Amino acid sequence: MIRIEPRNAPGRLMTLGVPVLSAVIALALAAIPLALAGADITVAYGEMIKGVFGSVFAFSEMLTRATPLMFTGLAAALAFRAKLWNIGAEGQLYLGAMAAVAIGAGAVDIPGLFLIPLIIILGAAAGAAGMAVPALLKTRFGADEVVTTLLLNFIILIFVQMMLEGALKDPMGLGWPQSAPILDQGMLPQLMPRMRVHSGLILALVLAGIAQFMLARSVWGFRLRAVGENAAAARHAGIGVNRSLFGVAILSGGLAGLAGVSEVAGLKGYLTADLSPGFGYTGIVVAMLAGLSPVGVVISALFIASVFVGADSMSRAMGVSSYLADLVVSMSLICVLIGGFVARYRITRSKPAVGAT
Amino acid sequence: MTSQKILSLNALSKRFGSVVANDAVSLDLHQGEVLALLGENGAGKTTLMNMLFGHYMPDGGTIDVAATNGDMQPLTLGHPQAALSAGIGMVHQHFTLAENLSALDNITLGSEPLLALRRDRAGARAKVQGIMDRTGLTAPLDTPVGKLSVGERQRVEILKALYRDARILVLDEPTAVLTPQEADTLFENIGAMTRDGLAVIFISHKLREVLAFSHRIAVLRHGAKVGEIATSDADERVIARMMVGEDTPVPIRDAIMPGASVLTLSGLGVRSHAARDSLTDVNLTVHAHEILGIAGVSGNGQSALAAVIAGLQRPDTGSIQVDGVEILNPDPQVMIKAGIGRIPEDRHHDGIVGAMSVAENMVIERLDDPAVQTNGLLNRAAIAANAEKLSQSYDVRGPGINARARLLSGGNIQKLILARVFEQNARLILANQPIRGLDMGAAAEVSRRLLEARAAGAGVLLISEDLDEILGLADRIMVIHDGQLTEVTSRNREDIGLKMAGEQT
Repeated sequence: MIRIEPRNAPGRLMTLGVPVLSAVIALALAAIPLALAGADITVAYGEMIKGVFGSVFAFSEMLTRATPLMFTGLAAALAFRAKLWNIGAEGQLYLGAMAAVAIGAGAVDIPGLFLIPLIIILGAAAGAAGMAVPALLKTRFGADEVVTTLLLNFIILIFVQMMLEGALKDPMGLGWPQSAPILDQGMLPQLMPRMRVHSGLILALVLAGIAQFMLARSVWGFRLRAVGENAAAARHAGIGVNRSLFGVAILSGGLAGLAGVSEVAGLKGYLTADLSPGFGYTGIVVAMLAGLSPVGVVISALFIASVFVGADSMSRAMGVSSYLADLVVSMSLICVLIGGFVARYRITRSKPAVGAT
Repeated sequence: MTSQKILSLNALSKRFGSVVANDAVSLDLHQGEVLALLGENGAGKTTLMNMLFGHYMPDGGTIDVAATNGDMQPLTLGHPQAALSAGIGMVHQHFTLAENLSALDNITLGSEPLLALRRDRAGARAKVQGIMDRTGLTAPLDTPVGKLSVGERQRVEILKALYRDARILVLDEPTAVLTPQEADTLFENIGAMTRDGLAVIFISHKLREVLAFSHRIAVLRHGAKVGEIATSDADERVIARMMVGEDTPVPIRDAIMPGASVLTLSGLGVRSHAARDSLTDVNLTVHAHEILGIAGVSGNGQSALAAVIAGLQRPDTGSIQVDGVEILNPDPQVMIKAGIGRIPEDRHHDGIVGAMSVAENMVIERLDDPAVQTNGLLNRAAIAANAEKLSQSYDVRGPGINARARLLSGGNIQKLILARVFEQNARLILANQPIRGLDMGAAAEVSRRLLEARAAGAGVLLISEDLDEILGLADRIMVIHDGQLTEVTSRNREDIGLKMAGEQT
């Protein structure tokens, strides 16, 4: 008979090995649909690697793609550490982006030294406000935040579409539903000439470092971990559970809002309703793959971005569908969930115990 | 009993970590018999029944069940399905019904083939009707279970077991949720069922119903069977003595004059939907240099009392004074700062954050302390030094101060909590079941520390279901029953045992 028993403690090898192995297995499994599509597998993977590491430009494109994933990954990782299931990073991203164009596209004309921080702060605040609502509903009325944050995504997206047809519509946009562009001095500086990678990446890296430090070393991080790991014991020990949850909700929403700021003010320049190809949802995968560690988020965002950019490049070179990238990302989530189970439990075999003594 | 043996448990043992939940318990059951399984909370009754039903895998021992032809055959252990097909049915204290389905659907749920195209509802209804007619257990079959009363839901649970042709029925504290009238009806129905040959094991700690309705009584204490007696030979005193045990060595407790009051509860009331979480007009005073013991059977309001003093639950009426100062807005942090040290009942669930380190768990109650933090950042060196010091002086053994707290044994977890509580020089120590589940060594250590705190001038409120513990440690004893406290002056264990069972003597 097969029994499943919890392990005492997952070792360091497990915590590091499981995500890496999951990523490798997910990539390997992708060979099956590739072969079914009639592609030469070694060539296909070669194209994928070339698409990421083949040139400085390719690499910079990967970094550009990783930037919003770092923000949304951090948003999910921090909230999930407190067992607050924020599925609404997608909506909070759009709120942040909307705030960025509302203030940055000519509402005030001030030097970039002041405009950029203003855009960043307002964008984060908008995302935070978007998460404050479900957090209040949860702490006051016990409403399930999975449902409220998820549904808010759709409400916010429709609201964005409405604004793009109305108040935020670019009068010079030839009728397209898009916002006016952010003023030149409000754009985040580029990191390399003629490349799209921008200083939003630096902001994401700094925030990941701060989050890592604060989680381990600060009283705030202590409270957050205690609430997430055992809310009953935290409450018994006098830690304000609802206060901690609300605090982390604000931070999580703010980080997701920054993903939107970074996309409009770092890359696109203006807001459209297709700004994000699901960065908010992919951030959840990034966070899970990272084992909810902020520094891990950076690494897993780089991996997921490589898969997307590499698969795009491969599909152009080989004529296979770029949906393969979504497949690898989904499979790595499934692998990491299974891997997490294997890390926490061990499966033992024992003989059927008829009349055993 | 002359009738045929239908079930025998042979030397069943079960350990959970270092805790022995059942120690070689043997028990026989005969056709048509009602066996009452008695014992204090934590005595191992539910564990034993969970092994019978296949929920737990025993560490040792066997179970034999009579086949339909009367031969005793070994039961495959650890498989609920095997227990079900051997004719064992169990009705848990907390019902396992689907509230949106009708009573009939609940009864047939799980015994129909999964892939059948159509269901034989008429046949099922006729069978259930037949059982209802024979036993007198009636329930409205077409009403959704969510709309049924608690008594009716319980009858649906029993019908479900009988529908699966149970020949042995286990009822876990069946009357805990019933009114006295419903309980009487239930026992009449049980009588009718046993005349049909059904054998019943019922778990209880209500002496009155055990004496009135069982044929035989088995008593468990600390995981072992300590006695078995025909009900006709038993009376309340005999059973009370069996349940709470003979005298055990008493820790040395010097006589000290109690000092000023450190905790006063006046007219305290907590209203709750569940009777077990309610308190009515509770008045008590704990003085310095004094241990006040609260004895009682589990589920009589101890949790609510502890939750109020720990600051987890706001009382609906009444007042709390600590050191003569009224606490106006109790919450856990306020209570800790007022000088109340709390040893929680469920030390794994409420006492520690298992995924965090031993060192972190040792400072979790005083994160605002400048020794622990500077400007919001943790003083990691100070936290580690504190943990080293406390591990030494309280003898907390484990894989080290940076290991996750859940890796510690139950006794060492309790020592960690003691260290945390006693280091803050609490004025009052709330010790809720501080010894339950600990091995002898750790238990003695807890007792010694509580007496030490008493000698140093703290007051101790000791809540326990173990009368030996209370008699050994407490200077004064109160009994909690049905959310009400009464002081007892007698230290006679039979008198106290009867009061715990709610009998007025």
